[in-house]
Amino acid sequence: MNELLHEVYPVEKGAFETAGEVSGTIKRMLRKLGVPSQVIRRVSVASYEVELNLVIHSLGGQMEITIEPESVTLDVADRGPGIPDLDLAMQEGWSTASDEVRTLGFGAGMGLPNMKRNADEFDIRSQVGVGTNIHMKFFCV
Amino acid sequence: MKATEIQALLNATVLVGPLPEEEILTACGSDMMSDVLAFPKDRMVLLTGLTNPHTVRTAELLDVMMIIFVRGKLPSEEVLNMAEDAGIAVVMTEYTLYDACGRLYAAGLPGGTGRRKP
Ligand SMILES: Nc1ncnc2c1ncn2[C@@H]1O[C@H](COP(=O)(O)OP(=O)(O)OP(=O)(O)O)[C@@H](O)[C@H]1O
Ligand SMILES: [Mg+2]
Repeated sequence: MNELLHEVYPVEKGAFETAGEVSGTIKRMLRKLGVPSQVIRRVSVASYEVELNLVIHSLGGQMEITIEPESVTLDVADRGPGIPDLDLAMQEGWSTASDEVRTLGFGAGMGLPNMKRNADEFDIRSQVGVGTNIHMKFFCV
Repeated sequence: MKATEIQALLNATVLVGPLPEEEILTACGSDMMSDVLAFPKDRMVLLTGLTNPHTVRTAELLDVMMIIFVRGKLPSEEVLNMAEDAGIAVVMTEYTLYDACGRLYAAGLPGGTGRRKP
């Protein structure tokens, strides 16, 4: 394995003010490393969506990014509450977000489908009471 | 379409300049940021009534060239500063989201699907 960079960022539950900062940091890092702009955009969209889900829906968790010459990998894990029905959660438009979250511009139920569309590899596992894990890989070619 | 043409069509006030010089290729109008994130396109303007910091964050991640706040909505100084730091122009129009999008579409600016006025 020929890693260029490997970082882990914690994301707190409810931290709406700072939500998106990890994704901003990741984007600047990819820019600096000269990753193609089409790939940067796909990673940015997916990381922003997953970061907001951690803030809005989870009890807190972390985002781990691994940058290699030919790929970018995002591994995301949280401490719960887990997703009871993954098929439902993956549907466009399905959301349990509160009205308050909606007035902030989120809760369209588009986040998970957006991640899947943008990543070359997408894997989600979830266990109620334990947590949710998402693996995404983006190829640079 | 040029940013100055958009400004004229919407009778918009510039809140953060300068307006981009490059040709703008598409527009997206929504108050839901995930909808915006679903249709990212190159050289896009974003029309929205959502004035919180997430509008700028979303715009920054997508390299949006200009944010157009509709319905006369004025964002906070903090939000304008964020846009300035990110190098994103911001204008404000009194038109509603529907009317503002309609005016730009009718003038030939396509949306994220690339569909144009016949
Ligand atoms: N990390 C998570 N922990 C627990 N539940 C989650 C998590 N991520 C997503 N969900 C659940 O899956 C649903 C769909 O998520 P998705 O990101 O697609 O939409 P959303 O976050 O509700 O809205 P949007 O992403 O459009 O702002 C959420 O409403 C929530 O119920
Ligand atoms: Mg979401």
